[in-house]
Amino acid sequence: MELIKPGLGLLFWMTVTFSIVLWLLSKYAWKPILKSIREREDSINNALNAADDARKQMDALKSDNEKLLAEARKERDRLLKEASEMKDSIIAQAKKSADDEARRLIANANDAIEKAKLNAMNELKSQVAVLSVDMAEKILRKKMDDRNQQEAFVNENLKSITLN
Amino acid sequence: MRSNKKKIISILIPSFLLFFYVAFAGVKMANASTPDHAESNHDTTSHHDVSNLAEQNTHVEQTEEKIDAGKLIMEHIADAYDWHIATIGHTHLSIPLPVILKDVKGFHIFLSSKFEHGHATIHGYKLEHGKIVALNSDGSINEHAEFMDFSITKNVASMFIAVAFLLWIMFSVAGHYKRNNNKAPKGLHNAIETLIIFIRDEVAKPSIGHKYEKFMPFLLTLFFFIFINNLFGLVPFFPGGANVTGNIAVTLVLAMFTFIITTINGNKSYWGHIFAPPGVPKALWILLIPIEIIGMFNKPIVLMIRLFANITAGHIILLGFFSLIFIFGAANQYLGLGVSVLSVAFTTFMSFLELLVAFLQAYVFTLLSSLYFGSAIEEHHHNDSH
Repeated sequence: MELIKPGLGLLFWMTVTFSIVLWLLSKYAWKPILKSIREREDSINNALNAADDARKQMDALKSDNEKLLAEARKERDRLLKEASEMKDSIIAQAKKSADDEARRLIANANDAIEKAKLNAMNELKSQVAVLSVDMAEKILRKKMDDRNQQEAFVNENLKSITLN
Repeated sequence: MRSNKKKIISILIPSFLLFFYVAFAGVKMANASTPDHAESNHDTTSHHDVSNLAEQNTHVEQTEEKIDAGKLIMEHIADAYDWHIATIGHTHLSIPLPVILKDVKGFHIFLSSKFEHGHATIHGYKLEHGKIVALNSDGSINEHAEFMDFSITKNVASMFIAVAFLLWIMFSVAGHYKRNNNKAPKGLHNAIETLIIFIRDEVAKPSIGHKYEKFMPFLLTLFFFIFINNLFGLVPFFPGGANVTGNIAVTLVLAMFTFIITTINGNKSYWGHIFAPPGVPKALWILLIPIEIIGMFNKPIVLMIRLFANITAGHIILLGFFSLIFIFGAANQYLGLGVSVLSVAFTTFMSFLELLVAFLQAYVFTLLSSLYFGSAIEEHHHNDSH
């Protein structure tokens, strides 16, 4: 049958044409196209990988930041604690030294009072002695005219002295 | 720029169809004489077939000319020495194509119009029922004349146009890649890239394996060559309409390329499977080796016949539906009109189906070729595979 009998001319032209097309397209179309497609795919893959890496780095950075922040927070807490301790100790020390000072002042004051009191007592004693002697002198001058009276007086004084 | 181009195309195509319609209708009305046969120029989508029906049918009834649908269809799907575009009245509007004959006297190159449709003899050759035959000196046909026919026939010319189109598309796409390296593709560039990646990832990689790159240029050329020619075959008027991929010579050459590449690339294991089937008792080799050898040739033959039969069948179905109009129209003008509605509906449906087939057959041919390449370069470990 005519339909399934390949014609020589068509066979010839088809072989020639297809060979030329195959050669032309391979050289000038498929090679650059496939190369570009592969390059683009590579570049897309690289970009995706880079984005992934960047994300990982960001995550690492973030966790680093958090670590730093936590450390800073800890440091701050420690500093605050130290400061408050220092404050307490300073206050306590101040209180203690104030107490000591006050005690010392009071003691000093007490000492001074004691001393003043002693001095006053001594002064009083000597004053009283002087006054007594003066008084005794006056009395003596007045009473020593009478003998009896003298004796009586001396005896009385003696008695009192003994009692003392 | 792009949208302008689209606009121009969207205006051009309908106006082209309208021109055809007007030309047809005008000539038919003015010329009451007999059209020698109702070559309907196989337009599946335009309207003039249907619209001119009544007039054509009138002529048919007047002259009582029989429409031979079988002859019409066979004439269409066979090759021809001129490119018939339309028949208007008595005038055949066709493009003459160069005839190239080689015999003992050398090459004879002339235009097919010199045959005057079989009426004239040139260099001792004559066109007889669409075939070139050599004549004896007394004018009788010489059956034993030895000459070779390298004519640029309708199929060759259509193939040239399709190939020029294919090269133009692919070079422009390749140029696009060179200019916009590593940028996102768009438009035609994107459509072609999708197909290229489809062939690479869905056809070549799974069936050939990691050595697929070596076969990519052939597979891509094969796919786009078949696809473009299939699509051109579906265009009902010039520059389409020829039955290139439905011609056995074309599919034979394509299958030969696949066969040769498979054979060249066959490795030790491939030939081993044919001439020393592993894991089989030697006594059975006498049976198996011929089967394997037949199988080796069977593969490309199946490729050849599948593409040829599918495309030819598609063309026959489309033409058959159109012939129905004229067969029924010859019986009754109004019956013909009624059938034409159904025919056009069916043909439209079939045309869509043929678009699918155009892609599918290109895909199947490429897929099977790549499977054969895969089997030729596959590294078998005999202990595992049997």
